[in-house]
Amino acid sequence: MKTTTDFKLSRRQFFKGTGAVIVGFSLSRILPVARAQEPPRLPGSLNTNRALDGWIRINTNGTVTIFTGKVELGQGIVTALAQIAADELDVSLNRVEMISGDTARTPNEGVTSGSQSIENSGTALRFAAAEARAILLQSAAAQLGVAADQLSVDDGTVSVKGNPAKVTYWELTREGMLHREATAQVKPKPASEHKYIGKSIQRRDIPAKVTGGASYVQDMRLPGMVFGRVVRPPSYKAELVSFDEAAVRKLPGVIAIVRDGNFLGIAAEREEQAIKAREAARKSVVWKETSNLPPAGKPLYDQLKNMAAETTVVNEKTAAVKENATKTLTATYTRPFQAHASIGPSCAVAQMQDGKLTVWTHSQGVFPLRKDLAKALKLSEDRITAIHVEGSGCYGHNGADDVALDVALIARATSGRPVKLQWMRDDEFAWEPYGSAMAINVRAGLNAKGDIVDWSHELWSHTHSTRPGGKAGVNLLASWYLAEPMIAAPPDNIAQPSGGSDRNAVPLYDFPTQRVVNHLVTEMPLRVSALRSLGAYANVFAIESFMDELAVAAHADPVEFRLRHLKDPRARAVIEAAADKAGWQADHKGGGGRGRGIAFAKYKNLAVYVAVVADVVVDPKTGNVRVAKVVAAADAGMIINPDGLTLQIEGGVIQSASWTLKEEVKFDRQRVTSRSWAEYPILTFAEVPEVEVVLIDRPNERSLGAGEGSQAPTAAAIANALYNATGKRLRDLPLTPQRVKAALVST
Amino acid sequence: MPPSLSLKVNGVTRAITVEADTPLLYVLRNDLELNGAKFGCGLAQCGACTVLADGVALRSCVTAVSAVVNKNITTIEGLGTIARPHPLQKAFIEEQAAQCGYCINGMIMTAKALLDRNPKPTRVQIQQALTGNLCRCGTHNRIVRAIERAAKEATS
Repeated sequence: MKTTTDFKLSRRQFFKGTGAVIVGFSLSRILPVARAQEPPRLPGSLNTNRALDGWIRINTNGTVTIFTGKVELGQGIVTALAQIAADELDVSLNRVEMISGDTARTPNEGVTSGSQSIENSGTALRFAAAEARAILLQSAAAQLGVAADQLSVDDGTVSVKGNPAKVTYWELTREGMLHREATAQVKPKPASEHKYIGKSIQRRDIPAKVTGGASYVQDMRLPGMVFGRVVRPPSYKAELVSFDEAAVRKLPGVIAIVRDGNFLGIAAEREEQAIKAREAARKSVVWKETSNLPPAGKPLYDQLKNMAAETTVVNEKTAAVKENATKTLTATYTRPFQAHASIGPSCAVAQMQDGKLTVWTHSQGVFPLRKDLAKALKLSEDRITAIHVEGSGCYGHNGADDVALDVALIARATSGRPVKLQWMRDDEFAWEPYGSAMAINVRAGLNAKGDIVDWSHELWSHTHSTRPGGKAGVNLLASWYLAEPMIAAPPDNIAQPSGGSDRNAVPLYDFPTQRVVNHLVTEMPLRVSALRSLGAYANVFAIESFMDELAVAAHADPVEFRLRHLKDPRARAVIEAAADKAGWQADHKGGGGRGRGIAFAKYKNLAVYVAVVADVVVDPKTGNVRVAKVVAAADAGMIINPDGLTLQIEGGVIQSASWTLKEEVKFDRQRVTSRSWAEYPILTFAEVPEVEVVLIDRPNERSLGAGEGSQAPTAAAIANALYNATGKRLRDLPLTPQRVKAALVST
Repeated sequence: MPPSLSLKVNGVTRAITVEADTPLLYVLRNDLELNGAKFGCGLAQCGACTVLADGVALRSCVTAVSAVVNKNITTIEGLGTIARPHPLQKAFIEEQAAQCGYCINGMIMTAKALLDRNPKPTRVQIQQALTGNLCRCGTHNRIVRAIERAAKEATS
C-alpha cells in the first residue's frame, strides 16, 4: 500500500498531474517509458474522480456530506447511494446529506444513464467511504493510543474494545483530512456486515413530493424571477420569415423578445402572460416550411433500409464444420418512433449576472450540458454553473437539456433577472428526440433435432445517442436555429458490448454460428436520441419473438427451448424463476382469446438479468389486447434496495407495455402531428397489468444496473402471449387493436 | 389594472390582483406559492394540476380563476404536512407510491375526491376514478394500493 504522503497534492496540482499523465499516455506509443506514470485503474467513477474529498466530507456538526455526479430521476438513486455510504462509513443513514449533479461541487460522472449509477457511482462510494473510514480510524488510533484493529465504530463513534475511551468522527475530522487521491486499497465490507444495503429503505424524496414540498425545478422561485416561453417552428426545417414583434411587445407583462435567426423566445412578468404572448406570436408569425419527413407506416421501414448507413459486423461466430439446417426461418420486426412523453414538460431556470450564467436544470448530465451551453452561448465553461434540480421523470434524453439553452438565451435579455421556462405540452411532444424507429431482419436454421444451428440478425436504425457534451458539434436544439447556427454532432453509436442501436443485438444464447450486422442510418429526418433501453427494446423484441417462432417450428416448449440454448446459469435461473412463479406449464395451450408468453434478456449483455411472463386477453371483436398479469424475475447481483429495484422492474414493465400496445409518434411529410396526449395515448389505470416481481439476491456478486432491464423482454413476452392466444404472429410494434384485428381476420 | 379577486384556498381567504381569465393553476403556483398542483399539459388531459373546488376534483390548468372565487379550493398542501400527513399522503409514503412523483398531486387529489364520496371504493372504482390521470413511470399499481390502504385505515 502506498503511503499517504504520496498523495499530498492540491486539487489543482492533482488535475495538472492528471493532465501530464494524459500527455505522457498519448506519447506512449513513441516513448514507452512514459507509460509508467499511468495511474492505477480505480473502481467505478473513482477512476475519473480520484480525490476522496470530492466524494465525502465529514462535518464537525455530526453529519456526513456525500457528493455524487449521478442525479435523481425518480429511480431512487440518491437514497440507494446514501445507503451505500452509510454502511461503509458506519454512520446512521439520517446523518448523510446528499449533494448531486452540480458542476461547482460534485464529481463529474458524465450522464445519469444506461443503468450505470449503482455500478459506477455506487462502486466509487463504497471504496471511497471504506477508505475514508480507515483514515478516520487511523487518526482515532493515534488519539486513543491503540492499534487501529482494536477499534470499532458505531454511528460515527469510535471505541476501543474493553476500554471506555471513545472519540467521534465529528471530533476527529480535520480540514484536508480526505484531501488525497483514493487508492481503493481498503476493501469494502462483506455483505454480512451490511446494515442498510439490502434493505428496503424508504426514499428520501417522497414525503416532500406527496405534500406539495418544493421538489422540482418547476417549483423554483427566485427573487425578481420572470417567465419565459419559446415559439418553436411548426416543423424541423421551417424558417422564420416574419412576425409582428411590435404587437407582441405591447402585450401586458412582456419584458423581452429574443429573436435570433429562427429562434424566438419571450419573457414576461407573469407565467400566463408569457403563454399569451407565445400564442399571439404564433398567430402572427410566418414560417417557410420544407417537407422532408419520411412516409409513415410500412414505407417508413422500406425507406429506413435504403438510407445511407454505416454498416458494421457487430459480432460473428463461425464454426470449423458448419452443421446444415434442415429448416430455415426468416422474419422482419419493426418498431416505430416512440416518445419519452414525460408527464411534466421540460423546465429550467437561468440567471445571467456579471457575465456569469447559472442554470438550474433536470438534465441527466450537468457537466456535458455545461460544455454545450458554453459553445452555444460563446461563453467559457468556467463562467457557467449548472445545478441539477429534479424534474419530471425523463426515461432518457428528452427536452431537459434543450430547455436549459432556451432559457439561457432569454436570460441574456432580462437584465440579470432570473427566468423560469417550462415547455408547453406541444413543445415537448414535437421537439423531444425520439427513440429511433428500427427494422430488424432475422434468420435462423434448425437441425433435425430442432436445435438452432445458425443465427443472423441484421438491423437498421438511426443513432440512439445525440446527447450534449460530445467532442464535436453542439447537441442543443435552439443552437441549430440561431442566426449563426451550430452544427449538431455527427451521429455516433455507443460501442459494444453496451451498444447503442445494436444494444442487445448479440444474442446471449449459445448458437454454434451467428452473425450480427448493424446498419447505422446516418440521416435523421426525425430528431432521435436515447430512450430507456435504446436499441435493446427492438432487438430483444425481435430475438425473443423469433425464439418463440423457432420453438413452434421445433415443436418445443418456449421455456425448454430457451434453456436448451442457454448455458449462463444466472440467465437460466431468472427464466426458471419467472416460469415457476407464473406457474408455467410446458406446451401451455392458449386460446379463447387468452394466452401466455415468456421472454428474457440480460440488459446490454452485461447488466441485470430479467425474464418476463405475460398473460394477455384479446378481444376478437375489437382486436384490443389487455395485458392482465406480468411476472418478472430479476437478478441484479447484490441488491442495494429491494423495494427500489422492484419498482424499477415493475415500472419498466408497465412503461414497456404502454410502448408495446399503444405508442407511435405520428407525423406527415412535413410536421410531427403527435402534439398532445390525444395523439399520443399511453396506458391508463384500467389497462395496467398486475405485476409481480421476483428478485434473486446475490449478495456476494457485484451489483448490476437494473433501471432499464425489464423494458425489452416485456415487449416480446406480450407478443408471444398474443401468438399463444390467437395463433397470429405480430411483428410490427405497437400491437394496436387495428393491427391485431387485421391479423385475426387474415388467413 | 387587473381586478382584485378574493380566493379561499385551504381555508384561508387571499386577495390577488390578476386578470379574471388567468388559469387557477398559475395563481396557485405563482401568486400563492403552492407547489402541489403541477403543469402537465394545459389541456385537461393528464390530471397533474388537479385541485378540489367545494370537494370536486377539477383541472386547474383550464379553470379560470374567476370561476372559483366563491368556492373553497383545496390543494394538496391543505391536506397535511410532512409532520402531520393526511391518511392519503401517509399511505403514499408507506406504499412508496411514487417514482418521479410529478403526477402524484393529481393522484392524491383525485383520490381525496373519490374517498369523500365513496369511502370504501373497490379496486375497479379506484381505477375508474383515476382513468383521466396519467402516470409515465409505471407506478399505477402502487398508487391504487396506497388509496386502498388509506381507505382501509380511514374506515377501520
